[in-house]
Amino acid sequence: MDIVLFLVLLAAVAGIALGRALPPARTRRRAREARATRPDALRRILLPFTGASISRRAFDAAVRLARVEGATLMPCYLATVPLNLPLDAPLPHQCESAMTLLEVIEQRAATQGVAIDARVSRGRTYRDALRRELEEEAFDRVIVSATSSPGAGFSGDDLVWLLDRADSEVLILRPAPEDAREVSAAVVPVAGHF
Amino acid sequence: MDLEPPIRRGHLKVFLGMAAGVGKTVRMLQEGRAELEAGRDVVIGLLETHGRADTLAEAAALERLPRRRITYRASTLDELDLPAVLTRAPELCLIDELAHTNAPGVEHGKRYEDVEAVLVAGIDVFSTMNVQHLESLNDTIAELSGVRVRETVPDSVLQKADEIVIVDLTPEALLERLRAGKVYPADRVDAALQGFFKIENLSALRETALRQVAQEVESRRAGIAAALGTRTERVEADAPAAVGERLLALVEPCPAAQRLVRRAWRSAQRLGADLDLLWVRRPGGAALPDADGRSLQALRQLASVLGAELLIEEGDDVGETAARVCAQRGTTYVLLGASRPARGLVRLREPLPQRIVRLAPGVDVRIVADRSKRGS
Repeated sequence: MDIVLFLVLLAAVAGIALGRALPPARTRRRAREARATRPDALRRILLPFTGASISRRAFDAAVRLARVEGATLMPCYLATVPLNLPLDAPLPHQCESAMTLLEVIEQRAATQGVAIDARVSRGRTYRDALRRELEEEAFDRVIVSATSSPGAGFSGDDLVWLLDRADSEVLILRPAPEDAREVSAAVVPVAGHF
Repeated sequence: MDLEPPIRRGHLKVFLGMAAGVGKTVRMLQEGRAELEAGRDVVIGLLETHGRADTLAEAAALERLPRRRITYRASTLDELDLPAVLTRAPELCLIDELAHTNAPGVEHGKRYEDVEAVLVAGIDVFSTMNVQHLESLNDTIAELSGVRVRETVPDSVLQKADEIVIVDLTPEALLERLRAGKVYPADRVDAALQGFFKIENLSALRETALRQVAQEVESRRAGIAAALGTRTERVEADAPAAVGERLLALVEPCPAAQRLVRRAWRSAQRLGADLDLLWVRRPGGAALPDADGRSLQALRQLASVLGAELLIEEGDDVGETAARVCAQRGTTYVLLGASRPARGLVRLREPLPQRIVRLAPGVDVRIVADRSKRGS
């Protein structure tokens, strides 16, 4: 009788332990369904940006697409190296704002359940930095925001070049008044570190 | 009132050589072409090929602005067309022979003055010159070589250049090029060999050129350190060595590691400290899967752009390896991400932060939180 009681107790403890170790059945089922409905072709969405802010519209579009497609969003900061420095020089001045912005992007995307895998690419120009990133890795989609302000972000020439150069699908958002709304490091400061 | 933004002054890069024929113009064209391929708008403002086939071949891919024809005392001279360069307004203009004296009647007496106007217009310039054209070295080189050059460039022009590239060739190799007719046409080779192109002259000129550039590099070192940014400034100037903070972030090749690196870097910036990244890899581990390989490459790139060092050590025990690296590098803070909740028998093991605290006494340990989960 004692042995039977012992076995029952042991089975109960093992069941509880196994239950805690594995995610709930509903979660497992949802994950399976998500994997099944996710199109295999779209997994990595590149969102290149320059400067200390990114168009809110481009960011929202990228997050929306990544969420729908179950893709990983890859924000990529394009750093420009001045001619008087070697191409592999550290760029702490540029990184001060870029790192904060990447942090903000990651936090915002995470709240919407989108996986983030950030990148930083260096070049003599924005286009050169983007070219290096496209040569380094394959992406399924590139999302860029065209700008009507000369000198800011990607010019028309850059976009024509990108369409010609990128192996992936390119989504270009045309300039719009809402572009004045930005996701920027200044808007949501990341504070609190020593 | 709308004000036009100030125009950024262009960057000047000078290719400096000891004498004609060392390959300054070819090098300038090669770098110009690389810039073109990198997506920049590059034109040749003025090119002196001296009939050299290799120079012409290098120039083939680049847009060339026509020269301006000037008639002076019944002869026709070709000069840089400065107004055309300013109107065309490329991002980068290649202008050969910085020391050249212009024909009378154009905007400036000297080509380096034309170059100055181009730089003021915000256009970057690549140019070439020989060391004997430098004003301060004119007398020295005249004594060394017995040949005094007429066309000189003030030292200040070279000092103001953003980059100086020495194009070097041994005197023997240059003489071989000269004899092979790669520098001057055949009918001028003998005269050149008898005059300026003597091995002792070339050796002296080479030494002068190398010394000149070495002095320039030394005098600029502080300036470049400043250009590298706040951390270098703080570490080298403001933050005394006695503070001696050094951070070590424990990473793995996965996307989440980037957040940890960014936080660690910000902390390092605030402390004026150096940052190391450490990935402890299992000994004899198999090749990384594609995704991890990409994450590792992204970490390398991030470390490089931030000026941090990525260390990869093999070890079965992360705590022990981290403690060893801390001791080797004088680490004062270790930063690590929050671990996943332990399950099963793993719960019985000492957690990594406590293990590091025990194995690396005197080192602060900080666990970096995932802020996207704050408040959830």
